[in-house]
Amino acid sequence: MNTSEQERIATLLKKALPPVGAKGITDGASDSAQLNRDLWPNMLRRLQQPPAPLLWFESAWFDWALVAAVAVWLAFFPAAIPVLLYHL
Amino acid sequence: MPVLEQPSLGQSSLGQSAAGPSPDVLQQFARGDLDAFEALFRRHQAEVYRWIVGIVRDPGIAEDLTVETFWRIHRAHARFDPARSFEAWARRIATNAALDHLKSATHNFAEKARAWDDAPDPVENLPRPPMPDPGITQEIRTKTAQAFRQLPPKLQVAATLALIEEQPYKEIAETLGISAGAVKLRVFRALRLLRKKLKQQGIEP
Repeated sequence: MNTSEQERIATLLKKALPPVGAKGITDGASDSAQLNRDLWPNMLRRLQQPPAPLLWFESAWFDWALVAAVAVWLAFFPAAIPVLLYHL
Repeated sequence: MPVLEQPSLGQSSLGQSAAGPSPDVLQQFARGDLDAFEALFRRHQAEVYRWIVGIVRDPGIAEDLTVETFWRIHRAHARFDPARSFEAWARRIATNAALDHLKSATHNFAEKARAWDDAPDPVENLPRPPMPDPGITQEIRTKTAQAFRQLPPKLQVAATLALIEEQPYKEIAETLGISAGAVKLRVFRALRLLRKKLKQQGIEP
């Protein structure tokens, strides 16, 4: 894909999805890009929500997978135990 | 409709505030002070919203993701270093929140695609170019937007920030935690994939 083709697709993309963020609102193009209400009440409600309980196996599955992998590795390569202990 | 005060509107970007929050507020926030958090929230909510709406392009979702971003910021207050830029940190968290949303949205895209053909696209609520190119029909614009939404979320975010919102590559790289070269590569891959998808639909860019 050459540079001019890239530019054509980029231009088409910009026509399809005109900027709405930083550049868009400075042109006064849209009210949608500006926040027109205070979100602090929503934030307070979110803060007051009790945290969803996490089951131990959900929160630490990666840790357990890592432990299992190390255990398997050590079972097959017991000579690596001193190396592991050295690096701990 | 009233519009919230935009403290750094002149520079127009979350990462380019003219004057950041005071060091005292940042230190209090890092210690978990709720008043300091509220002060930061009120100061930066409009900027965070604007950054997110540029990525997800849906005002309602952007509002939810703004709250989600500050929820993550609040949870991570102990990890925040007051000596560093709060704006850059918030922008990174906001981008991750938007990316998470796009991942779930892309995951369900195939199921929703048919419905989107009939329902009004959220993109339609957002601004049209001031002088539309008569050579590019509404149908092509819609198909391009839909094809773009089918790209991998990481490519979407890089291309949106670089090509549509025209943010500097260096800033995008800091936000995404990758090198500027990697950002350029993602943008290139996004364009290449978009071209492929458009050609499949019979559109020759």
